[in-house]
Amino acid sequence: MKAVTWRGVNEVGVEDVPEPKILNDHDIILEVGLSVTCGSDLHLLGGYIPAMRAGDVLGHEFMGTVAEVGKNVTKHKVGDRVVVVSFTSCGQCWYCKNELWSLCDNGNPNPGITETLWGQGIGGCFGYSHALGGYAGSHAPYMRVPYADQGAFAIPDGVSDERALFASDAAPTGWTGAHQAEVKPGDVVAVWGAGGVGQMAARKAMLMGAEQVVVIDRFDNRLQQVRQHIGAETLDYEQVDVPAELREMSGGRGPDVCIEAVGMEAHGTGPQYLYDQVKQQLRLQSDRPTALREAIYACRKGGTVFALGVFAGLVDKFPMGAVMNKALTLRGAQQHGHRYIPEILDLMSRDEVKTEHLATHVMSLDDGPKGYRMFKEKEDGCVRAVFRPGS
Amino acid sequence: MTSALGSVASLAARAGGAVVDQVRSALGQGGGAGAASAPASGWLVVSIYREPSEIDVTALPAPLAAYGGSIETRVRPAPGGKGSELAVRLTGGSSGKASAPARLAGSDPQGDLRSALRQAKQLIEVGEVLAVDPTPHGKRTATPGGALLEAATKRAPKGGVL
Repeated sequence: MKAVTWRGVNEVGVEDVPEPKILNDHDIILEVGLSVTCGSDLHLLGGYIPAMRAGDVLGHEFMGTVAEVGKNVTKHKVGDRVVVVSFTSCGQCWYCKNELWSLCDNGNPNPGITETLWGQGIGGCFGYSHALGGYAGSHAPYMRVPYADQGAFAIPDGVSDERALFASDAAPTGWTGAHQAEVKPGDVVAVWGAGGVGQMAARKAMLMGAEQVVVIDRFDNRLQQVRQHIGAETLDYEQVDVPAELREMSGGRGPDVCIEAVGMEAHGTGPQYLYDQVKQQLRLQSDRPTALREAIYACRKGGTVFALGVFAGLVDKFPMGAVMNKALTLRGAQQHGHRYIPEILDLMSRDEVKTEHLATHVMSLDDGPKGYRMFKEKEDGCVRAVFRPGS
Repeated sequence: MTSALGSVASLAARAGGAVVDQVRSALGQGGGAGAASAPASGWLVVSIYREPSEIDVTALPAPLAAYGGSIETRVRPAPGGKGSELAVRLTGGSSGKASAPARLAGSDPQGDLRSALRQAKQLIEVGEVLAVDPTPHGKRTATPGGALLEAATKRAPKGGVL
């Protein structure tokens, strides 16, 4: 079958790969309906996560139809329309039972890599390097889904494929950030990054009762989406002084909750951004924390900063003094989507969460390299490039 | 730095950096939390989300049962409702710790035991050991970085800081 693959740093290919097979009794084989590019894929493409091999199938945000079920699968049958969370989690370990699904003890067959990097291993993720399990990704006509009773969710009638697609990763990641940052009614919430995840974090913050939600980015089309489809305010960091604007918005206090939905390749302005670029390119730091730093400095005393964008390794010039002396709560997480997807699908079915606007460009798998180029370079207002394997 | 020069420098630095990272990983001397290691006592421990009464040390899952009398086992409750702590170590006073060259050559008793302990935990908690291969993939280009990553991945079930 045809699949979109990682061929090397900044090289995407389309090539033939074998069809997946059921390997464990709790697996399903999914006929992929839609599969979408994600900002975190760009870290793989850029070589910032050096655990990809040429030929690895990309993609971790997807939905489709169940094509085959393992003998221990009880919740799904052939023909069911499902959306699948990007993380593989067993549902039986202490972490899963405590709703910390992306920390699953049994979801990553290669735990030694992440244990060595981070002290403990976390769950696996489809199409996201051998450090997170080496699973084939979803940019293919078929894919294997382990722990399917845990990670696949029936899509309610009336929710379109294009809407449900984003219940796989963007929406539950945004939900994870806002919920775990404990947004409270009356809070002022700032979100760095107006991509799919940032937009969904803003939406969840609003649903949790935040008084004011502002999303920060530099791309007009993404900021326009925030205003039109999410209903939050926006700031263009190339046009205004973000910390100053945030202080004014919040009576001089700073936002109660700051959610960083940018990650290790943050863009910025000024000398600090140049410094981060040079250090990262020289491998003197693995991640650029430009937006995270700003969030820490902007946050009100005693507030919460949530690192929702993907970071992989080490950052430099981390403002620990601000964290400590301002008594900040600093948290982070990959998505605990299993916890949030049922709620998200329910809200989608009631039109309270809309995501179709994120799918700005829909194309076939043959257009994989073009889709990633458009997504990376933001060509033609591309917010997300979506692949339809059946087309 | 112009964007073209920046791209070239970036590619070269990343390629070199990736190889260095992978060499470190393969040798177990990563700059992160640490390489595969064991405490002086030699015990390797996992927490299993089951009551101690549900873990019968006389009938351990096959990956550990295969060790027979060549390992010691210990089970105790995990505090805070976190289940049980299952510990194993090789008998005979051997730490089982292999040198980096020995590990690269495939001889790693401690790593083998670490992998068996992880599999036992999965069998108790989930009922089967999660597989990933054969996984669909395209053409594997022969590169030094790819070879090192393959070696690191092959060793990953035995590695880590468990």
